[in-house]
Amino acid sequence: MRRVRPIAWYTVLIGLSLVFIAPLVWMLLTAFKTPGEATRVPPTVLPQEPTTGAFDTLLGNSQTPVLRWFLNSVLAATGQAVLVLAVASMAAYALARLDFRGKRLIFGMIIATLFIPSFVLIIPNFLIVDRFGMLDTLWALIIPGAAGAFGVFFLRQFFLSLPRELEEAAVLEGANAWQIFTKVVLPLSKPALATLAVISFLTNWNDFIWPIYVLFSPEQFTLPPGLAILQGAYTINYPVIMAGALVASIPVLLLFMVAQRYVIEGVSRSGLKG
Amino acid sequence: MAAETAVTRTPPALVETGGGGRVRRTGRLTPYLFLLPYFAVFATFVLAPAVYGLWISLHDWDYLLPGKPFVGLDNYQALFDSNSAVYSFWWESLSATGIFTVLSVPLLLIIPLLLALLLNRSFRGRTFFRAVYFAPYVLGVAVIGVLWRFVLDPNLGVVNSVLGAIGLPGDTPWTTALPWGWVTLVGVTVWWTLGFNAVIYLAGLQDIPRELYEAARIDGGGKWAEFRHVTLPGLRPVLLFVTVNTILVSANMFGQSYLITQGAPGTETRTAIMYIAQVGLSDYKMGSAAAMSYLLTACLLVISVIVFRLFREKDA
Repeated sequence: MRRVRPIAWYTVLIGLSLVFIAPLVWMLLTAFKTPGEATRVPPTVLPQEPTTGAFDTLLGNSQTPVLRWFLNSVLAATGQAVLVLAVASMAAYALARLDFRGKRLIFGMIIATLFIPSFVLIIPNFLIVDRFGMLDTLWALIIPGAAGAFGVFFLRQFFLSLPRELEEAAVLEGANAWQIFTKVVLPLSKPALATLAVISFLTNWNDFIWPIYVLFSPEQFTLPPGLAILQGAYTINYPVIMAGALVASIPVLLLFMVAQRYVIEGVSRSGLKG
Repeated sequence: MAAETAVTRTPPALVETGGGGRVRRTGRLTPYLFLLPYFAVFATFVLAPAVYGLWISLHDWDYLLPGKPFVGLDNYQALFDSNSAVYSFWWESLSATGIFTVLSVPLLLIIPLLLALLLNRSFRGRTFFRAVYFAPYVLGVAVIGVLWRFVLDPNLGVVNSVLGAIGLPGDTPWTTALPWGWVTLVGVTVWWTLGFNAVIYLAGLQDIPRELYEAARIDGGGKWAEFRHVTLPGLRPVLLFVTVNTILVSANMFGQSYLITQGAPGTETRTAIMYIAQVGLSDYKMGSAAAMSYLLTACLLVISVIVFRLFREKDA
């Protein structure tokens, strides 16, 4: 490795960091300003009269039930992460370790759908979700998304990388496939399961186009379509909109800080599938 | 539910084969029971809609009307018929998606690669900086959309007031006029997603064996030769994935236009996905919208095949 001049090196790195972080800090600061101060020219950096007025406005308006949206987002994202872990891990185990007729066909079919752009499915899925009576309910945000191929693909790769010896030992001790799966394979796969859970949670938390069209009543909304409502309702009352954006950002930023390794690991793997 | 079935199903099989002294085989049904829960969701929400959508596109399918007459390929024909109601809006939205894709893809291929090369050294805080550059991607399009709508507000946003304060023009219509709308949409998207591509590149760079670099150094050829003859060939599979994926994601663009420019000026930055969603899910003309989405998919398929070919030719 070529030696780098530390001061110049870190100046570049920190300068770049500001590009990514400054807009987020601006969101945070604006949420604590008055509407007038938020758009003052020249702008103030720190709130001159720090206020939680924006949050009071947000919480006081029954047309924009932000706490409810927050709860819905937590339920939908958690529900989908749990569902994905359950169904994808079982399917991935069968595809990685069990022999059966039609295995290659099924796996090929799952892989092929990775190339279907998601927008093609939106209109027919709207009708299918409607048929199941799930329109305008959180189920519409939890169940269809669990059909994604990423989880199966990701866990299959991981299971294939596990040493077979432990499973063979379990077979000799008389364990059946389900016992091997739950007692041997899953405990060995905690990092991969954590990665998939975090990625599913983030993806669901941030989903925008689907909830906009399948949810109608404000109390069923999650945070992303809620933000679109806030933008429409408060137009230039930016502190209120930024307060809403902050509520939507903090959980995922905290999760990212704690699980950074898993998120980045999962994303890197997604590129190596090619 | 199926999990419980698997438990209750398997023990009898065990008893049957258990005493024979052979290595136990799993029951014949077991693998299918493991697959069943996923496959049920997959068949309902991926396989079925992929086919159902084609069926819808062959009908005059108005969600709000009881009758949905079969119209053959009329919905597709209308997209190419300049007298139809959808023609000009459809091509305008498709060209908006095209412009956005052509402008953003090269930037999203090159800038993240530079960033990954920057991060692909050993120094203190490497993991920290990687996380910082990735952070915007963790936020959804809704958050970054309303945030940049505010920051770039032509009259009230901080970007224009800072530009004005340092003597530059402070009245750039970032979100309301062209070409500024494209600068905004492309710029915000690059800012938002470059960390994603950079992380993928970085993983690819770390897979290139170090010996190759050492060999290149012995041959003597400088940094550029090293990059051309070791780094780029080593990255080819990753590069292919990033290229195809970035094109697909750009062609899927929706939230940025929806929240930041709201299609303005007029409907010029309304993307194909925005138009499809509006026709199908706001106006409920689902047959027409389904036809549009299949036409767009066909375009993307052709583009993906071309990209695959280009990468393979480089191999030879």
